Amino acid sequence: MKKYLAFFRMRFINGLQYRTAAWAGVATQFAWGFMEILMFDAFYRADPASFPMDQQALSSYVWLQQAFLALFASWQWEGELFDSITSGNVAYELCRPISIYNMWFARSMAHRLSRAVLRCFPILIVAAFLPSPYGVGLPKDAVAALCFAVAMVLGLLLVCAFGMLVYMSAFYTISPAGIRMVASNLSEFLCGSIIPLPFLPDAAQTVLSLLPFASMNNAPLRIYGGDIVGSDAFRTIGLQLIWIVIFVAVGKWMEQNIKKKIVVQGG
Amino acid sequence: MIEVEHLTKTFRVAKRGAGFKSAFKALWNKQYEEIKALNDITFTIGDGEMVGYIGPNGAGKSSTIKVLSGILTPDQGMCRVNGRIPWKERKEHVRHIGVVFGQRSQLWWDVPVIDSFYLLKDIYDVPKEQFQRTCEELTELLSLGEILKTPARQLSLGQRMRCEIAASLLHQPEILFLDEPTIGLDAVSKLAVRGFIRKLNEEHQTTVILTTHDMQDIEALASRIILIGKGRVLMDGTLSDMRGCVENPEASLDEIVASLYRSYEI
Repeated sequence: MKKYLAFFRMRFINGLQYRTAAWAGVATQFAWGFMEILMFDAFYRADPASFPMDQQALSSYVWLQQAFLALFASWQWEGELFDSITSGNVAYELCRPISIYNMWFARSMAHRLSRAVLRCFPILIVAAFLPSPYGVGLPKDAVAALCFAVAMVLGLLLVCAFGMLVYMSAFYTISPAGIRMVASNLSEFLCGSIIPLPFLPDAAQTVLSLLPFASMNNAPLRIYGGDIVGSDAFRTIGLQLIWIVIFVAVGKWMEQNIKKKIVVQGG
Repeated sequence: MIEVEHLTKTFRVAKRGAGFKSAFKALWNKQYEEIKALNDITFTIGDGEMVGYIGPNGAGKSSTIKVLSGILTPDQGMCRVNGRIPWKERKEHVRHIGVVFGQRSQLWWDVPVIDSFYLLKDIYDVPKEQFQRTCEELTELLSLGEILKTPARQLSLGQRMRCEIAASLLHQPEILFLDEPTIGLDAVSKLAVRGFIRKLNEEHQTTVILTTHDMQDIEALASRIILIGKGRVLMDGTLSDMRGCVENPEASLDEIVASLYRSYEI
């Protein structure tokens, strides 16, 4: 456990080196958040009846998504990990007394958490003071709040487990750029980062809600706003757990497979 | 104790001619050539020995180091380091070895070196007092001092290499693998690194296996030399054994090695 905390500390220290990036991130997220709120407001005014979510729930969704972007942005990668594989620097990681899967999992979780901690507060505070229905609301009850917290942790684990598959795939290819691009775009759309999943056609939703991507930021953010409630919330959390188990199992299998056939290039 | 027996490792290398036409052809019909990086390597190294592992580029030096440090799995052959098979008992094995790859870096680029050291301390579960002691000792011997507070990106190559070596020794390994540790260093840094390695061997009886193209490294450090070429062990002996192989006793070390390479046609 101590090893993993050490990675968190390291990643956090590392993140503090990039102060300007953090401020720029906050500014971008504000701009993006306001734009989305305005766009969806126009949509709501045009026809409230065909609006698939409660407007307040949607505003909470938008602000939480912006505040915790670093946690759930499945299209954000640690370039260093790809570089270390293509350049062969990974040799050093392979001679540590720790599994490379666990090490990188901890590292990417730390990466996301440290970025989120640096960036979430200004957005959350401002959004909390915005007038209803444009700001971030409170969860309906204690159960919803608890489910949200659980779904949030599981969502983060799943995003990291998904990322690990992409990092591990870099061992098999000469350049990871292709897989990385496909994974980024596909996951960004399918997890509801561009538009929330309820805005998609019903038929598509039935399928999409079962995919692993719906278990990333879609699950906690909609549980928070009350868009997924009661037994649906528990089912959503169950599905998150199933996907985490599957992704981690596949990632671990890839790790074993890689160890057997790895070639460290150069030098 | 390092025992290596009949180690063999083959790589598949993609081959094609130059130009658009052959690149296009390779899309459908990719040609591979099998390269024997290691071809039946056998040697034994005792505790506390300092061994120079030399050979021309592509001889299989780095591949051997990678097998011994548990990164590569060989196709055939056996290898035990202190009784452990590196690629089978990787985690336990790597606790007892330190590795420096002269052409790579293990330090975090943007944070002060000392932060990287603390991370390694936790990765290797080094107790706090032991870490402090080792760190102080290494700081003094490698004159790290203020360097530790500087981000790795702002260090000169010589400063960084000293930090890399220190980083590989924080967990007090019994065996140290150095893969071209003096590459690109200036005279002062080379001398400092050599002096340090000798001292480390004297005081801690650390076994050192060193690959290099710098024959002065070998002269200064290695009491025994293993010469390999095309994946085979060609000579295993002392520096004077090597001198005995050539006719001109006045020849410089580089000349001796070059003529050895020529006589073995490697």
